[in-house]
Amino acid sequence: MRLESLYQEIILDHYRRPHHAGLREPFDTEVRHVNPVCGDEVTLRVTLKDSDAGPVVADVSYDALGCSISQASASVLADLLIGRTVGEGMKVNDEFLALMQSQGEGEPDEDVLGDAVAFAGVSKYPARIKCALLAWMAWKDATAQAMGERESA
Amino acid sequence: MSFDVARIRKDFPILERTVRDGQPLIYLDSANTSQKPRQVLDTLADFYERHNANIHRATHQLGEEATAAYEGARVTVAGFIGAAEPAEVVFTKNVSEAINLVAYSMGNASALGLGGRFALGPGDEIVITEMEHHSNIVPWQLLCQRTGATLRWFGVTQEGRLDTSNIDGLITERTKLVALAHQSNVLGTINPVRSIADRAHAAGALVLVDAAQSVPHMPVDVAALGADFLGFTGHKMCGPTGIGVLWGRRELLEEMPPFLGGGEMIEDVRMERSTFAPPPHKFEAGTMPIAEAATLAAAIGYLGDVGLPALREYEHGLVAHALEALREIDGLRILGPAEPVDRGAAISFTVDGVHPHDMSQVLDERGIAVRAGHHCAWPLHRAMGVQASTRASFYLYNTHEEADALAEGIREAQRFFGVGGS
Repeated sequence: MRLESLYQEIILDHYRRPHHAGLREPFDTEVRHVNPVCGDEVTLRVTLKDSDAGPVVADVSYDALGCSISQASASVLADLLIGRTVGEGMKVNDEFLALMQSQGEGEPDEDVLGDAVAFAGVSKYPARIKCALLAWMAWKDATAQAMGERESA
Repeated sequence: MSFDVARIRKDFPILERTVRDGQPLIYLDSANTSQKPRQVLDTLADFYERHNANIHRATHQLGEEATAAYEGARVTVAGFIGAAEPAEVVFTKNVSEAINLVAYSMGNASALGLGGRFALGPGDEIVITEMEHHSNIVPWQLLCQRTGATLRWFGVTQEGRLDTSNIDGLITERTKLVALAHQSNVLGTINPVRSIADRAHAAGALVLVDAAQSVPHMPVDVAALGADFLGFTGHKMCGPTGIGVLWGRRELLEEMPPFLGGGEMIEDVRMERSTFAPPPHKFEAGTMPIAEAATLAAAIGYLGDVGLPALREYEHGLVAHALEALREIDGLRILGPAEPVDRGAAISFTVDGVHPHDMSQVLDERGIAVRAGHHCAWPLHRAMGVQASTRASFYLYNTHEEADALAEGIREAQRFFGVGGS
């Protein structure tokens, strides 16, 4: 059945037991993104810290209201990006975006995307791509704002 | 009058196709847009194949035929909704444009300082309801922002009925216009338009009715409703996209300043200023959707042949059956009236533990087309305390077996997501 290719067990696991969920203090920036098609929303906070390799994602916390795809996506994102440098995080983000735009033809690199490879099937369903991208767009926005604040500080 | 759904289904070619790897299509999204019968599709093709020309200005036989088809459609529409005369029927793109036409005309009357019942300013009020489609909310918000008028609204009860308990406080001598849906696109609720219209008129206010969800399903008479304006759209009633109707009382249309300016809506144009054609042409700038208007008339003819009273009776039984099937599902909440009383054929619901997007995905996998989300009625969803819902909407070609398949699909979604199904 095709449903299983969309809703892989990894996605359902993250949906039922989301990682890093909830809004935490302290944080550098907070954004709220909404999918106007369905009303799904995510409030997402990003905390950065300095390291020798440049700014690192110290924490991503979030409050997500939405379907299994959008909730699981936020969970996977937090797993993947916490502890990475902002530069690495943006690369992962780009890779995930490319996968979502692949119309089911993408060959995701598990070394880069980890659990996020499970979302490959979503790219075959145009109506669901925005669900998967909601948290990623929010993270990119919040992180760009946090970087902007650092530069202007 | 006999209603033979098997015979009706044969009129709709799309119902013969399969979706998602060979499954029969179960189309439960007609409140979004309806499917089209062969008779309607043939009319559209016939217009382009045999009669296509621009209207009103072509001085040749095809132009005469096209004009006759377009103006004939106006006569058909007028008869269909009980308009006093065809000139009260303005063709638009859809209901959104019909409502915007009135809102922008009122804005223009305000900006031009015309005074009268269409000019708004601080202290004036527009009254809508919390169950409106965004198309009957946003144009009024924009109008109030432009003019300084105040927007007020009726709330909804948790049963999904209009809360009219504070009608005396809402509709007052400050009210200039009351705009409301005849039938909710989410809840299916049929609103008591006549009694609200009587109150509005007693207060000196005008009444605009969004009939997008009612006109396709039941006989609607503008005079019986007590409306001053009424909008509906072709594509939800077996007709094509791109054609809608604004009906307005003749004296009102005459008084209103134009909305869109352009060709065909003028009487005389000079470089300094212009004068305008009488209604309805004053509101029909540019080349209109001619083929679509002619085809809308065919859709009205089709519904007339089926018989709207018979259609309504059939749908009533179908919705009663569907409501019964859904009520048996554990964890399912119907938004709106749970009994088939003063309600139409749209049924929105939530299911504990299964988000509407996931629900619609599982149903789609079984060939069942529904809509998931807020259905362009975000304030209503907030008022009902839900983020989103799944909507199954029925029409004349749907069957009891399809309602049963919906219920079974919902149970399958519960199983798939491991929530307490029944």
